[in-house]
Amino acid sequence: MSLVELQGIAKGFGTGEARVQALSNIHLHVAAGEVVGLRGPSGSGKSTLLNVVACILEPDAGVMRLAGETVWEGRWRRGDLRALRREKIGFIFQAHNLLPFLNAIDNVALAITLSGVALGEARRRAEALLDHLQVGRRASAMPAMLSGGEAQRVAIARALANHPSIILADEPTAALDSERARVVMELLRRVARDQSAAVLVVTHDEKIFDRFDRMVNLRDGRIESETAST
Amino acid sequence: MNLALRDIRHKLGRFLLTCAGLGLLLGVALAMVGIYRGVVDEALSLTRALGADLWVVEGGTRGPFAEASRVPGDTREAVARMAGVVAAGSVTFQTVEARAAGSAAASSAGATRNEAGRERIGAALRLQIIGHELDRPGGPPALVEGQGIGRGRREMVLDRSAGLPLGAIVEIGGVRFRVVGLTLRAVSSGGDPLGWITLLDAQELQFRLNAPAARRAAAGGGGGQPQDTVNAVIARLAPHADANLITDDLRRWKHLAALTATEQENVLTRSVVERARKQLGLFTGILLLVSGVIVALIVYMLTMDKLREIATLKLIGAPDSTIVALVMQQALLLGATSFASGAVLLMAVKDVFPRRVVLGPQELLGVGFVVFVICLLASLLGVRAALRIEPAQALGG
Repeated sequence: MSLVELQGIAKGFGTGEARVQALSNIHLHVAAGEVVGLRGPSGSGKSTLLNVVACILEPDAGVMRLAGETVWEGRWRRGDLRALRREKIGFIFQAHNLLPFLNAIDNVALAITLSGVALGEARRRAEALLDHLQVGRRASAMPAMLSGGEAQRVAIARALANHPSIILADEPTAALDSERARVVMELLRRVARDQSAAVLVVTHDEKIFDRFDRMVNLRDGRIESETAST
Repeated sequence: MNLALRDIRHKLGRFLLTCAGLGLLLGVALAMVGIYRGVVDEALSLTRALGADLWVVEGGTRGPFAEASRVPGDTREAVARMAGVVAAGSVTFQTVEARAAGSAAASSAGATRNEAGRERIGAALRLQIIGHELDRPGGPPALVEGQGIGRGRREMVLDRSAGLPLGAIVEIGGVRFRVVGLTLRAVSSGGDPLGWITLLDAQELQFRLNAPAARRAAAGGGGGQPQDTVNAVIARLAPHADANLITDDLRRWKHLAALTATEQENVLTRSVVERARKQLGLFTGILLLVSGVIVALIVYMLTMDKLREIATLKLIGAPDSTIVALVMQQALLLGATSFASGAVLLMAVKDVFPRRVVLGPQELLGVGFVVFVICLLASLLGVRAALRIEPAQALGG
């Protein structure tokens, strides 16, 4: 089952001669349990595509379905896009983007409370998640006190907090060494498998290219090629 | 989970430093309000100290605090005979430059003098002198030290704010008065300490201070001004007497005018200190406006400082209410902490001010409410900035 379905998605910026076509006729499917990489040179449209799937940017044309729900078809089909993100999408950032004024456990618990869960229960679930990602002993540490790998694992815990069916990651290993990058990718693969989630990762990091089920190559806003992992 | 508090706790030093700076500004604004209230309070302290229900002044004038008023000395007897009047007394008012000329007790027996007295010896003092008839309305209010003026002349009851001790000698126009009693917080509308002397001394003093004019009038054959004139006659009324009825009766005497205690207070607050009130009110308004602009800028900076965090919150699905609460709660906490520090600072130093600073619960609550509204409005700039932050800013690239 495809959790991310893009059919003929297009997105441009500006008007007239200054118009830039960032995405053209994008067809992309990411199935449950699949980990797909998205790569390409600067300006190829990777971030734009991620923003469209994250429902941050509105496409100009095409159809977008997320977890079986038609989200965009000529217009947004959902009123509250933030609720959609909260329910269906988990985000992992290059710079982990943990809130610096909350400790590790509360960074994860905050995401859970946003879904209406009481703080006590949210903390209990966050603790279990951190333990699962082998960073439980650092639960009370502030983000500034965490190593790059620890911070990224806490960020992954936050992304998984509400059991999303789609996980979007923007250069999640860019700031990590090879060993930690490998651990993070293994984690994402495990999550995809265990939770039947679709994982879409924007990356430039050659050392993890072999960790994807499929690699989508973008150039000038178009899908140039797709490479299945050997 | 209160994000505003957690963020403040994370950067507590910076927050407290910001509050200290803003607290100083709000402290100044609060001081202005206190001085404003103090000016009104001081303006009324004289009339309240005299405890008059009725003021009889020169016809066509609004009394000695607004303009020159002279009435014949025997007016008091006529007023005292009116129905409803319990007691009446003649009073004179003079603002004089006096000199503290040492202490009678000290010169004889080396008696101790308090610190204020020692500092003031030989210093020029600006006083408002009230001449009054003993045992009639117009005398000093309750004394905090010493005794009232006896039958003897050249004695004075002085307010403590003059800084002189009991037994001090005050020289006015060459006449030396001995301080026999002290009052508390009895000052003129200009903030000068009040001093009470006998009516006869006051009339003599008026003559002495106007000696050249009196000599010129005598040389011109006019014989000078009659010395038995007073500035006003004040009266106390029976509990059930109608002050308005009695003032109407008095106004029929063409050479006299009459004011009730309320009318006299209005003259003082709406006329005599009106400019000072407006000045202070305007300055207070400007300070509060400046505070509002500064709070708005601080909240805006605090918000923009959290641009990435707010974008991340939006991206992970935090509703606008969470983000608005974060900004507004921080603005209100900033205002509350700054106001509290400003108020504490002012309460600690208010007695050092040369003029009285009156800060009661009413003033504190009033300014506190204004600061609350200012913070609320100022936070709107931060809220607007926060709501305009795109979630995409969390992703970068």
